[in-house]
Amino acid sequence: MPVISYIEAVTQAIDEEMNRDENVFVLGEDVGKRGGVFQATKGLYEKYGENRVIDTPLAESAIAGVGIGAAMYGMRPVAEMQFSDFMLPAANQIISEAAKTRYRSNNDWSVPLTIRAPFGGGVHGGLYHSQSMEAIFANVPGLKIVIPSTPYDVKGLLKASIRDNDPVIFFEHKRAYRLIKGEVPETDYVVPLGKADIKREGTDVTVITYGLMVHYALQAADKLAQEGISTHILDLRTVYPLDKEAIIEAARKTGKVLLLTEDTKEGSVISEVAAIIAEHCLFDLDAPVRRLAAPDAPAMPYAGPLEHAFMVKPEQVENQIRDLAEF
Amino acid sequence: MSVEQMAMPQLGESVTEGTISQWLVSVGDEVKKYDPIAEVTTDKVNAEIPSSFSGKITALLVGEGDTLPVGEPICAIEVEGTEPAIEKLAKSTSAARNLTETEQQDTSMKKRYSPAVLRLAQEHSIDLETLEGTGRSGRITRKDVEQYIASGQATDKIQKKEETTSEQPGAACFSEAVAKAASKPTPAPRQYQNEAGDHVVALTGVRRAIATNMVRSKHEIPHAWTMIEVDVTNLVNYRNQIKGTFLKKEGHKLTYLPFFIKAIVAALKEFPRINSTWAGDKIIEKKAVNISLAVAADEALYVPVIKNADEKSIKGLAFAVDELASNVRENRLSPNDMQGGTFTVNNTGSFGSVQSQPIINYPQAAILSIESIVKRPVVVNDMIAIRDMVNLCISIDHRVLDGLITGRFLARVKELLENINPENTPIY
Repeated sequence: MPVISYIEAVTQAIDEEMNRDENVFVLGEDVGKRGGVFQATKGLYEKYGENRVIDTPLAESAIAGVGIGAAMYGMRPVAEMQFSDFMLPAANQIISEAAKTRYRSNNDWSVPLTIRAPFGGGVHGGLYHSQSMEAIFANVPGLKIVIPSTPYDVKGLLKASIRDNDPVIFFEHKRAYRLIKGEVPETDYVVPLGKADIKREGTDVTVITYGLMVHYALQAADKLAQEGISTHILDLRTVYPLDKEAIIEAARKTGKVLLLTEDTKEGSVISEVAAIIAEHCLFDLDAPVRRLAAPDAPAMPYAGPLEHAFMVKPEQVENQIRDLAEF
Repeated sequence: MSVEQMAMPQLGESVTEGTISQWLVSVGDEVKKYDPIAEVTTDKVNAEIPSSFSGKITALLVGEGDTLPVGEPICAIEVEGTEPAIEKLAKSTSAARNLTETEQQDTSMKKRYSPAVLRLAQEHSIDLETLEGTGRSGRITRKDVEQYIASGQATDKIQKKEETTSEQPGAACFSEAVAKAASKPTPAPRQYQNEAGDHVVALTGVRRAIATNMVRSKHEIPHAWTMIEVDVTNLVNYRNQIKGTFLKKEGHKLTYLPFFIKAIVAALKEFPRINSTWAGDKIIEKKAVNISLAVAADEALYVPVIKNADEKSIKGLAFAVDELASNVRENRLSPNDMQGGTFTVNNTGSFGSVQSQPIINYPQAAILSIESIVKRPVVVNDMIAIRDMVNLCISIDHRVLDGLITGRFLARVKELLENINPENTPIY
């Protein structure tokens, strides 16, 4: 099985879906000739032409709006927000239109739109290129929010998102793009939306997380295994709506839960995970549920040392797991 | 002099690794800060890496063409005059280790149970006191309990715990167990079929405690039994003579019981071995003489204690007996009223019994029952006389007591009772 990078898995998934279904098309800033600022749509313009790989103006509201309209008419648009930080001008389209159309039209209309958006920090991106935006959309019924952690999941989940008949926001971690590599089958497969995945079986501490943090947890788990601490890691993969069953099962497995996100702490996706555990797992808990997240500060700083201080670090993950194991 | 390491720098957003395409220095070269030392290729850019230090290159850690993550060391440079970073690290680690060691002595979390631990303990009837905690500050973790259950010790340990309690010197007794009854696990009873018309009586906590303690006493204590008969004609006459005045003056009825207790207590002082307890590898003779008194209620039997019975007069004993009896009737007994007994007196005579085989009030060494006083023809000085006779029955722990000492004790009680008169047994 070929080993490819996270971003190559993005390109492969879009390519395969465009090839499979002529209704699939790509739109976004610089996605055409340039192949995207991160090169996620590299080669697609040459392969499928300017009618199916469309460069748009710098207007996120329009990218989302055009996508919604096209989707309502039976197309399957894959819209790219160049950075998730720039999604907010499109928030009205996404929250008030895309998410509500099926409900509002009593099932007559639907919006099979996929919005891809690179997110996350630790890439020296400063205030406007480092944010985690998932929590802003993760309380809007009608939306699905997917955040894959591995190239395998990227391909399978992106294909599932494109084929899904309702709007999906697909967040891709910028730092994972070239850092994370993994085996990805060349065959056509999908990974179901709404299903979390156990990335590592363990018995001492459960870590529930998503995105790049899955890898921090895996790294920490490897180190801790040498100390005899066994870590169970659940990758949420879809952060809205959450896979409650998998969360409850993972929390019950060890009774000691560390929730991990790169986002700022209050009101983050993991806060909702904590609430699910509190509602369902009281008599299985052996320690207070713990959250590790970025500080509740307005933004990721630009200065290197400050960015480093702001980001959740692998050593912190390791220390928190150890602390819980020893509790 | 110290050796510093240069790391793969981050050259642009989303760049997480780089490839050394060419080294611009070799080992032994002197470099100044900001001098280019290598050329690096990434997905996005080709760039030169400037040196972060002035010094001598001592090692190139990666070869040309190697790809490595941002932050990984690429070469070592010998620099003058800074403290080696490694030593600092070592210091702080050892400090941290010391901290952990002191923490392990601490058991302040031993009794902080998490919901998971409490649930498991309840489901498997585990006494958490018997478990060792491996968590921080001695906390018992869910894993500790799960391992304990997996090891199959759960049920064994309950029994072992009961054995150890039984070996505790003196302190525990049946009556205390009544107070603790609710929390004690009892073995599952056999299944009985009830037939039509049977009345099923649900067990009260007290009934259950009585059952548990009777079984324990009979299981653990090798009972031996003996009986003597005592001529209490003198006592009967004495008591008949004063009971009217006593009632008038004191407002309490004067029964025979205080006289019996008085004689028993006096004999116990002379034979402390009777007033003792089996403690596994030793026998403990109790200094205090605290008489447990079996008092029947409608549905249960209580054994409240007359503390320091050896310090009480006949009147004092009469009042104490009355108070305990009314406390039992009015359900006012406190756990404290039932603790600390060293010898039990059972007034079976009040039911008309003339003979009984009492079960020892665990962990005491003996129990004595006073039967009915009945008029019987007996031979006195080779003549037949009508006398007031009473049987005293005693059950003993044969681990502690033998027939000889028991016989001497009973003989002394008999002697004291038969010789009661106003001169040697004042009421006050």
